[in-house]
Amino acid sequence: MNQSNSTSNDSSMLKPTKTRMQRFFSELLKAPFSAKLGMLVIVVYVIAAVFAPIIAPYGESEIVGKKYMLANDSFILGTDNLGRDTFTRIIYGARNTVGIALITTIYAFLLGGLTGIIAAVIGGWTDQLLSRTVDILMAIPALIFAMLLLSIFGTSVPSLILIIGLLDATRVFRLCRAVSLNVVVMDFVEAAKLRGEKIGWITIREILPCISAPLAAEFGIRFCFVFLTISALSFLGLGIQPPTADWGSMVRDTADLISFEDYTPLVPAAAIAILTLGVNFVVDWFLHKTSGLKDEF
Amino acid sequence: MNNIGKMLVQRISLGFLTLFIVSLIIFLGVSMLPGDAAEAILGQAATPETVAALRDQLGLNLPAHIRYFKWLGGILQGDFGTSIGNGREIGDIIGLRFKNTIFLAAFAACISVPLALALGILAALYRNSFYDRGINAVTLSAISTPEFFVAYILILFVSVKFGWFPSLSNVQADTGFIERLEKTLLPAITLTLVSVAYMMRMTRAAIINLLSDSYIEMASLKGMKRLRIITHHALPNAWAPIINVIVLNLAYLIVGVVIVEVVFVYPGLGQLLVDAVQRRDMPVVQACCLIFAATYVTLNLIADILSILTNPRLLHPK
Repeated sequence: MNQSNSTSNDSSMLKPTKTRMQRFFSELLKAPFSAKLGMLVIVVYVIAAVFAPIIAPYGESEIVGKKYMLANDSFILGTDNLGRDTFTRIIYGARNTVGIALITTIYAFLLGGLTGIIAAVIGGWTDQLLSRTVDILMAIPALIFAMLLLSIFGTSVPSLILIIGLLDATRVFRLCRAVSLNVVVMDFVEAAKLRGEKIGWITIREILPCISAPLAAEFGIRFCFVFLTISALSFLGLGIQPPTADWGSMVRDTADLISFEDYTPLVPAAAIAILTLGVNFVVDWFLHKTSGLKDEF
Repeated sequence: MNNIGKMLVQRISLGFLTLFIVSLIIFLGVSMLPGDAAEAILGQAATPETVAALRDQLGLNLPAHIRYFKWLGGILQGDFGTSIGNGREIGDIIGLRFKNTIFLAAFAACISVPLALALGILAALYRNSFYDRGINAVTLSAISTPEFFVAYILILFVSVKFGWFPSLSNVQADTGFIERLEKTLLPAITLTLVSVAYMMRMTRAAIINLLSDSYIEMASLKGMKRLRIITHHALPNAWAPIINVIVLNLAYLIVGVVIVEVVFVYPGLGQLLVDAVQRRDMPVVQACCLIFAATYVTLNLIADILSILTNPRLLHPK
């Protein structure tokens, strides 16, 4: 930033060129309303997750009142089935649910992304082996497969992350391999191969920069899938386990209240829906921006 | 035709191979578990002798590959083994529940497929109009929403506030057709709302992709109406991707019912699976997973076959 500021000051005769940062912000300002809304949502969630202990009025699993209290001055959203403050648990849920979903997505990307590019670069038997394995894993519906694996390995957070991450890595693999195949045939990759670069270099320095835009969009989409899957599993009682505050299990815990015209179960469910929607809005805009794909989803 | 026949045979045998490997994964995964069915049935207090005797009786001492073929052979004859939880024949429990799940999925499909096609064609017809943008935002929201959110909103407004439809879909074997429809309406609408979005977007995209082709331009230069261009010229060529996405969505409906069934306490296969996973009733988990996976693989196979059969380039080779 400093350097670029000085350049624009020195060369006052020339038209000031925009720095990367400035271009980024001017693009942001030009973004459609839905994308801005999505970004606002993401920022709010990140703040809630990072500063959860400061924002939340009570402890995460602290029992502070009677069961199923209605909203009042000390409990903005009332209390849950054990007398814990719902608002506090929503705030902590941002940290737990979103955090776990994010770790899972990153893990899925590292696993699926690297193997996908490597399969495209090496080709031959490695590609065949990896692709057929992925085909088989994708032949079983993800939620069902996750439930099978969770019942085998037990429902803990690490096994949840590993299982969902593995299942989602297959989708990342498919995409990464497909996009990389278009890049692998380019001359500069051929040149890098000829001058004897190692596979790691080719993967990271030659191919990755070319496919970063579709990968970034895919990251958003994958995050939504992972987030919804984990929430669904938690809702079924097979995901994040109590006493950890988590939106999916919060819906499950308070679900009975719905027959008394009580909105409580809808609050954590809405928290899930709003974040996914926000991310989708941003991804939608990003896809239009980077690839000109007007009619893709 | 010969070429198509070859492709079909290839796809179908690939489908069977996939099913075989899937069943292998399901079987091996469960046999990796510490402890076995004999210990699970008898519980902690069992003596080693009784466990050994039951193991003998259940054939658990046989090597894994023989047990696998016995298990698979049994399933092919409709014998899924017995549940650890209540000792009942799994085949008896599953039969009725599978019918319920199929009924719900079919009901949802009857609403969602025509709706998605109509909305998609309209969105392609009035591209970039206010309607198109609106429906785009709505479908994006529908994709982003967890099924239970939609389900509970429906319950709250349709069922609790106005009392139009029951919130519990507690159908029995002898529930009449009309009553069954009434009780499963809310779960079916939930599934529709969640699944229409993909189908509609795909229909729209498939048609719009074709609209830039020169034969479409020719048709519009002839002075044809836009609706007629779309229904008579674009749609026949767009069938392959559309059929594909419809069948994939049927696969989604069969599988995605799990959460909806739990919310509405609908006695289907999905709820059985969730219960079994919680109780770690492995024979039931295996059976349910296998049925879900088989349905999914079969529907994917049908999607493949249909997209070969509806591809004009393959049907009329030069």
